[in-house]
Amino acid sequence: MITEARRMSYECIVLAKQVVDARNITGEAMTPEGTVNRSALPSIFNPEDLNALEMALRVRNERGGKVTVVTMGPPQATQLLREALYMGADRVILLSDAAFAVSDTLATSYALARALDKLRPFHLVFCGRQAMDGDTAQVGPQVAEKISVPQATYVEELLELGDSTVQVRKDTEDGYEVLRLPLPALLTVTATAATARPYSAKRLMKYKRASSQLELFYSMLAANPSMSRDDAGERAAEEARKLEAKGLLIPTWTPAEIDAAPDRIGRRGSPTQVMKVDWVVLKCDITRNIEPAEDAVRKLVRDLIDKHILS
Amino acid sequence: MWVFAEQEEGKLADVSLELLGKARELAGDLGGEAASVLLGHSVEPLAATLFSYGADLVYLVDDETLGVYRTQPYARAICDLVRKHKPEVVLYGASVIGRDLAPRVASELLTGLTADCTDLSIGDYEDKRAEKKYERVLYQIRPAFGGNIIATIVSPDHRPQMATVREGVVRMPEAAAGRDGRLIREKVRLSPDELMVEVIERYREPREVDLKSARIIVAGGMGVGSAKGFELISELAEVLGGAVGASRAAVDAGFITKAHQVGQTGTTVRPVLYIACGISGSVQHRAGMQESANIIAINTDPCAPIFQIAHYAICGDLNVVIPMMIDSYKSRGC
Repeated sequence: MITEARRMSYECIVLAKQVVDARNITGEAMTPEGTVNRSALPSIFNPEDLNALEMALRVRNERGGKVTVVTMGPPQATQLLREALYMGADRVILLSDAAFAVSDTLATSYALARALDKLRPFHLVFCGRQAMDGDTAQVGPQVAEKISVPQATYVEELLELGDSTVQVRKDTEDGYEVLRLPLPALLTVTATAATARPYSAKRLMKYKRASSQLELFYSMLAANPSMSRDDAGERAAEEARKLEAKGLLIPTWTPAEIDAAPDRIGRRGSPTQVMKVDWVVLKCDITRNIEPAEDAVRKLVRDLIDKHILS
Repeated sequence: MWVFAEQEEGKLADVSLELLGKARELAGDLGGEAASVLLGHSVEPLAATLFSYGADLVYLVDDETLGVYRTQPYARAICDLVRKHKPEVVLYGASVIGRDLAPRVASELLTGLTADCTDLSIGDYEDKRAEKKYERVLYQIRPAFGGNIIATIVSPDHRPQMATVREGVVRMPEAAAGRDGRLIREKVRLSPDELMVEVIERYREPREVDLKSARIIVAGGMGVGSAKGFELISELAEVLGGAVGASRAAVDAGFITKAHQVGQTGTTVRPVLYIACGISGSVQHRAGMQESANIIAINTDPCAPIFQIAHYAICGDLNVVIPMMIDSYKSRGC
């Protein structure tokens, strides 16, 4: 995929999101009312973000450099970062704080852009085209604008990587475009791009105990319901120090760490508000059951012709 | 009330014309005008089309640098126009271009943006948390969470209120030939940084399938089993004079190309007859075809959600049922 061989190495950053798996919602996940039982669905690494991570890992493996994965989410999103480590990420960062909660895409992109500012210099930022829970595809372009770099969305292949430019093929649904962008640049990657590699068994063994202090804190509380938050905090801090000594502590960045303005994140930083949410209940008033038999099917076809539905 | 007029090589995107119809309707509710933003090179003749589809005025930026769509020059042009004319609402098609452009614009203007809306309306809003009331804001209605919920989103404190809208969810208005409007010419000033991205090559496939205008669609899902299995689907479609559709799962499995995909991430269709073969009926799929006038579902699983919206439910093997349908139809005159 990458044709030019040069000595330059590339700092790659991957923005990833943990999402609720909304694919294949059938059977058990449906309630009798025809809505979805959300708790019956697992949280996963957003599928297209895996393609983004794979693309970054290939750049590093072929050309040298580092891959840093950043996610913003609740403490449980630490799991996504562990998975990124299993796949080969060099460094992972959790952006997590109550102040980030209920951020819309604008507030999210602001926070991610502030984190990227702290990670400069970098050459390439990779994101999945969109997250499967919201399907907005907005955060990538918004981050690109905020860090003042060009963007290519719907990227299905990285064609050429030079010292100061990157050439990509963009899927336009009815064809494609080849774009050349100056570096640094932000790419959002489609599901048809680089297929993610499996976990490395060696890395899985090495990083399975990697954790963030925030995750340690909440698992401490969950395991010991009677423990006070202060005690849990102290214990988590102690655990975190041990992990850090072994190189297994996943750093947690809060708004203070990335110098984020309080009025630009969370609810205050989000222009959009959800006014209401309706569960989708799709039902037809009258369903006629037709036997899968010759006579019944023949009658159906006749009916449809009589009603001028078929000609 | 603005609509971004998406055009490529001098041809306007259907979704932009659809949105003009909606913009006219909403402009009436808001008490304003429907305007369209037309960017490109040598595209002035398109303004007449925009007027005929409902634009009261067209802001035209005709510039060589805008000849081929590129994110940053287009975003610059729109941001500058918005700052100058201060529209209440800006709508974009939720196309590859609209979804690339609108977020870049929203980020620069620090305003809200709702993606992939399936409906828009104007109404009042009360922010109970802040104890504030707003009159006549844009309700941006969209599916979320894989189409399992429909959310109504508002951006009460920010202007413009912006949304992208999927092609095919708003009905195309009738064009009124000879309808006229005001053409306002504007300029764009681009910095060298904004001109750095080069389009090296562009390839557009001719549309191989036209699902949107098909009267009859025969669609296959995972139950079809293979690319070979789709031959049976195609045969039924051909016999009935319809088009071939597919679920996302069938497309992802490589049975058939993405051009055939019906559903939230594919094409939204409302044919007279939709025959769903071996499609379980995920919410995403149903969202793209539920308005079909007549739905026949063929599936071996009696619990398949597709049966909930089917007018005719055939619980059986499509490999048995489809040949029966083909035979029945061919022998219809007998």
